[in-house]
Amino acid sequence: MKIHEFQAKQIISKFGVPIPRGEVTDSPSEVFNIAENIGPKVVVKAQIHAGGRGKGGGVKLANNPIDAKKIAGEILGMTLITHQTGPEGKLVKKVLVEEALDIDKELYIGIVIDRAQEAPVVMASSEGGVEIEKVAAETPELIYKEYVNPSIGFQVFQARKLAFQLGLKGDTLKQAIKFLMNLYKAFEATDASLAEINPLLITKQGDVLALDAKMNFDDNALLRHPNIKEMRDLDEEDPLEVEASQFDLNYIKLDGSVGCMVNGAGLAMATMDIIKYSGGMPANFLDVGGGVSEEAVKNAFRILISDEDVKAALINIFGGIVRCDLVAKGIVNAAKELNLKIPMVVRLEGTNADIGKKILEDSGLAFYSAVSMKEAAEKVVPLVQQ
Amino acid sequence: MSILIDKDTKVVVQGITGAEGTFHTERMLEYGTNVVAGVTPGKGGQTHLNVPVFNTVAEAVADTSANASAIFVPPYFAADAIMESAEAGIDLVVSITEGIPTFDMIKVKRYIKEKGCLLIGPNTPGIISPGKCKIGIMPGYIHTQGSIGIISRSGTLTYEAVQQVSLLGYGQSTAIGIGGDPIVGLQYIDLLEMFKADSDTEAVILIGEIGGTAEEEAAEYIQKEFPKPVVSFIAGQTAPPGRRMGHAGAIIAGGKGTAKEKMEALETAGVFVAKSPADIGNKIKEALS
Repeated sequence: MKIHEFQAKQIISKFGVPIPRGEVTDSPSEVFNIAENIGPKVVVKAQIHAGGRGKGGGVKLANNPIDAKKIAGEILGMTLITHQTGPEGKLVKKVLVEEALDIDKELYIGIVIDRAQEAPVVMASSEGGVEIEKVAAETPELIYKEYVNPSIGFQVFQARKLAFQLGLKGDTLKQAIKFLMNLYKAFEATDASLAEINPLLITKQGDVLALDAKMNFDDNALLRHPNIKEMRDLDEEDPLEVEASQFDLNYIKLDGSVGCMVNGAGLAMATMDIIKYSGGMPANFLDVGGGVSEEAVKNAFRILISDEDVKAALINIFGGIVRCDLVAKGIVNAAKELNLKIPMVVRLEGTNADIGKKILEDSGLAFYSAVSMKEAAEKVVPLVQQ
Repeated sequence: MSILIDKDTKVVVQGITGAEGTFHTERMLEYGTNVVAGVTPGKGGQTHLNVPVFNTVAEAVADTSANASAIFVPPYFAADAIMESAEAGIDLVVSITEGIPTFDMIKVKRYIKEKGCLLIGPNTPGIISPGKCKIGIMPGYIHTQGSIGIISRSGTLTYEAVQQVSLLGYGQSTAIGIGGDPIVGLQYIDLLEMFKADSDTEAVILIGEIGGTAEEEAAEYIQKEFPKPVVSFIAGQTAPPGRRMGHAGAIIAGGKGTAKEKMEALETAGVFVAKSPADIGNKIKEALS
C-alpha cells in the first residue's frame, strides 16, 4: 500500500526522524495562514502518490503568504502529469506547505527488503534529489549498502559507516546516524516495504532533515497496523481495482480489449501472454482465486464488464479440485443475472469439465467453449476484431 | 525415485481441524499420503478424520515420528507454526498459507536455517511425488508417475504444465510449487541440485514469473552445473511495470524483474524457453528428442 508524503512524514516523525515544519491542507486560504506561521518563505507541494511532482509543476517555492496562497490556488485542483501518473495525470486534492530551508547538500537514503539477500537493506548515496534507479544504473559505486540481520536489527556501527561514507562530519554526522537508526525503526515497526528519503537535506546550518519521504507497506501485514491501513487514499487508485479489492479479487486494468477471468495469478498472467501471442491484447489481469466460488465469479464478471474497452472475454479456469460443473453453473447464473452481452470463450479444465461444458452450451448464452488455453485464445481474438 | 518426499514420508498437518485443513487432509489421505498426525492447540487427544490430534508439533513428532509438516493455519500465525515444526525436528515444512507478512518470513528463514529444516512455500500448492505422496492442495489425479521434475512459482499454471506433460505421455518425478511470495523457502537452485542427483529425473520444467531475480540465478546455475535438459516458461510477458500481479512477489520494480530479462538469461543458459504457455509440453518433447 502506498501513502502520501505528508503521511509518511507523520509516521517517521513519530519515530524521531526530523522533518521540516509544515502542515497539510486542501484550502488556499489555509495555506496563507500556514505560511504566516512558519514562513514567510514556504514550499507548496502537491500531495499525490506518484513521483516526479517537481518536474510536473506540483512543487513550488513561495516568497510570502500571498504568493503561497496564489500558488496553492493553482496547484489545488490541477491535474498533475508526471512520468509515474500516466498520460491521464492525477487530480491534486491536498497540498503540504513547509518552511523553505537553506540547502547545502541533498543526499539519498532508502530502505527496502532485498529479495536475494532475504534481509532489509539500508542504502545511502551522496547523489540525492535525482532518481535513484538512474544512479544505480550509471554509477552503482555511489550507492552504499548495509544489510540488516533481522534477528538483531540495524546496528549503530552500520549507520556510522554509512554516515562516514556520505562524507559527513561533526554534529551533522551525529545527526545523520540518529536519523538512520530512527528511520530503520520506523521501517521495521510498520512492516514497510519501502522507506525512501530523497532528498535527505543537509542545511547550511549543518542540520539533517527529511525533505521528502515516501513509504510503502506490506499489504500482508496491514491488519496489524490499523492506523496505517486507514491512511489508504482510494482516490489515488483505479475505481474498478478498489471495487475488486473489496471482494478479495486481484484485478488490474490494462489497455487491451480481451477481458480475462482466471483462477490463479500465474495462470492469469500466462493467459494474458497467450492472448497477445494470438494477436489480441488483454484488457485486464483478473485472478478470482483458487477456489472459484460462485460469488467470486459474479463479482468478477461485474467488474470485467464495467470496463467499456472489453469487447469479448476469455474465462480460463483450471478447476483441479474445484468441480467444473459448479463453476459452469456459477458462470451461467452470473451471466444471466448481469445480462451479459459480450461474447465469451470459456475453457474449463479439471473435475467434471465435460458436464461443465454441457451446462454452458445448454444455457442459451453466447458461450464458446475451448479445450486448451491455445484454442481459447485463438477463438477469442477474432471476436474482438469483429 | 523422487525428491524430498516419497512413500515413507510421515506427515503432520498443522491446522488439521480448520475448514481448509480438513478438506485438504481428506484429499491427501485419499491420494495415499501417510498423514500420521494433526496439530490444533487445545484439541489434543481428539481424533479428526481418524488421525490423532495433538496440542503441539513436538508431541506429534514424539508419538508418531512425523518428519514432514503441512501448514494450514491463518497468515498471522503461520510463521509461528513453521518455527514450531522446525524446533520439533521436522525435516520438511510445506506452508500452503498465503499472505504471511514479509518480515515474518525473513525471521523464519534465519530460524529454520539454524535448525536444519527445509521449507517449501509459503503461498504454494505444495509438493507431489506422483503415486507416492502429496503434501498440498493440488489435484492429485492430473499427475502421473514419470521422469519430469517440475519447479514453479505458481499454482494453477503448474497444473497446466503437469497436464500438458501428462497428455504427451510423460509423467512427473516430483512437482514442487516454491511459492509466489518475495521470500520463500527452497528455491530453484536448491531443487535443481536435488533433481540433478535424482537418477529418475530426466528433465526439468522451470516455471517462473516476473519479479525478483531467482530465474536469472537459476539460469546461471543451469549453465554451469546442471547437465539435464531444462524447459522454461515465464509468466507475465505482458505485465505492466510497478504493478503487483496477484502474487506478492510478482512485480517489476525499478525496471528489474521483467519476463524478457529472465527469458534471455535462460536462453543463454541453453534452456528450452517456451514463449507461449501452450508450448511447455512440446518443448519437453523437443528437449528429450
